[in-house]
Amino acid sequence: MSEYMLELRDIHKVFNRGTINEKTALCGLNLNLNAGDFVTIIGGNGAGKSTMLNAIAGVWPVDGGQIVIGGNDVTKLPEHKRAVFLGRVFQDPMTGTAATMSIEENLALASRRGKHKTLRWGVTKQEKELYRQKLSELDLGLEDRLSSKVGLLSGGQRQAITLLMAAFQNPDLLLLDEHTAALDPKTAAKVLEISDKIVEKNKLTALMVTHNMKDAITHGNRLIMMHEGHVIYDVSGEEKKALHVSDLLKRFEEASGGHFANDRMMLAN
Amino acid sequence: MLLTATIKFGSLLNALPGSVAQGLIWGILAIGVYMTFRLLDFADLTVDGSFATGAAVAVMLIRAGVSPWIAIVVAFAVGGLCGMVTGLLHTTLGIPGILASILTQISLYSINLTIMGKANQPVVAQEGKYLLASLGYVNNKDAFVKTLFFVGLIVGLIVLISVTYWFFGTEIGQAIRATGCNENMSRAQGINVNFMKVVTLMISNAFFGLSGALYAQYQGAADVQMGRGAIVIGLAAVIIGEVLFGSFCAKQKMAFWYTLVSVVIGSILYFIVYATVIWLRLPSELMKMFSAIIVAIFLAIPYLKAKYTKAPPVKAAAAPVPEKAQEEAKKE
Repeated sequence: MSEYMLELRDIHKVFNRGTINEKTALCGLNLNLNAGDFVTIIGGNGAGKSTMLNAIAGVWPVDGGQIVIGGNDVTKLPEHKRAVFLGRVFQDPMTGTAATMSIEENLALASRRGKHKTLRWGVTKQEKELYRQKLSELDLGLEDRLSSKVGLLSGGQRQAITLLMAAFQNPDLLLLDEHTAALDPKTAAKVLEISDKIVEKNKLTALMVTHNMKDAITHGNRLIMMHEGHVIYDVSGEEKKALHVSDLLKRFEEASGGHFANDRMMLAN
Repeated sequence: MLLTATIKFGSLLNALPGSVAQGLIWGILAIGVYMTFRLLDFADLTVDGSFATGAAVAVMLIRAGVSPWIAIVVAFAVGGLCGMVTGLLHTTLGIPGILASILTQISLYSINLTIMGKANQPVVAQEGKYLLASLGYVNNKDAFVKTLFFVGLIVGLIVLISVTYWFFGTEIGQAIRATGCNENMSRAQGINVNFMKVVTLMISNAFFGLSGALYAQYQGAADVQMGRGAIVIGLAAVIIGEVLFGSFCAKQKMAFWYTLVSVVIGSILYFIVYATVIWLRLPSELMKMFSAIIVAIFLAIPYLKAKYTKAPPVKAAAAPVPEKAQEEAKKE
């Protein structure tokens, strides 16, 4: 058994190998997460942040290296079999939920994640009570709309439900892939607050990609910076708390020779 | 003049029971089309082949002296196998869904010819047995036979619809609907989307096979061409049902059950329109074109509607609505 909740060992991934569009996305990526770590990830466009999360989730197989979640080597498992270890929230609020299905049905899918599907009825009465209670904790007034179609909800509400679904079975690892980037600032703040609450309450281990450096500093207990497919800066604890946006910018510039000055990361602050 | 018109109208009325019977039998097919096209979001053209395969299998079995009941069960199972072929071509070999279904459909043409030995095989009730469907029942002078046939068909359909309703409410059925709605989300929730696709294609094609088996008995023969354009008729039935009864169904507690019923009614209406076209002496050879145009128009409507009605700005839509209401509630 591994002592870490997540181990990434020397991960490599090249897209479109052998074509004019060849792109090395991950290059010797190593990362170990302790149980309970809440890690924020920053880096420029194409640094490999989302690619790392997709590699962990198994969206496609990696070219080299090993991925171990909670002591289980998942490197060769297909995406749907890794889901039992993971909770995922995506950038696009439409991606995390099924629009044509009701809130309770979406939650029911999450509560059966990784379990063998049977011919038992999809949502039971006892479950609905549990869902109502969990939804009321979100404080968005969704607890009375269990049978509403998710497609009728706003982006923020959908993201909040996706968070609830992701955390439903206390996954080994929560993957948040710029999950507030598509929301307006007020809604984004609310969804971040819910994220914090859920991570804290369930003592989850989490990875959060963000373009907002301020968020990266204020949330979580550890911060990593990625560049060209691997981690170039890893800071945690008191040292992280003491960080300023200007410190991070300086790090960026050191790493990339000033290229980040034009990056949209600057604009995000 | 008036008299001839009345007689003519009488001939339309005479044709109606036949249209209803055809609509009910094709309604089974339409339910299958609803499963793949609406629930799984998969354009499955296997139906043109598997409908005839069900017919061929049933007719050859009945001709060999097998009970028609066993014949339709076998046709149901064989239809399921046809769907499995399409599903595996798509999921394990990576062939795009619509092309995978065309490949199966084309090979089924040869298979159907092989099963029947020639392009057309008539079927009549064997000594001491009866067919499960027949145009002869519809026109039967014996009211009992006629009633029994229609009641039997309707009861059979209600059972099929209820089983379908139940199935899509189970854990597997829910996973299938999620797969059809959002594959990324489904995989993230641990659903094996490939498995769900194959299962759905098997069930829907089993329905196609069953429908074909009954329709062959109804028209007294299996024909290798009988499935041609079946997908368009199935889609027309689905769309007629949705357009006419969609908002009514959405208000019901068992909305999906009512939707399936409306699809069968859509199928009946399709065949009534068909009979009317013939009664009006319109060229019936244009019927398939009319069907295609109707399907094209109704498939285009939601797309055009979305394109030309102004969408609300994204940010306004993204703000959680109840928040404001809560703040106001707190103030009070």
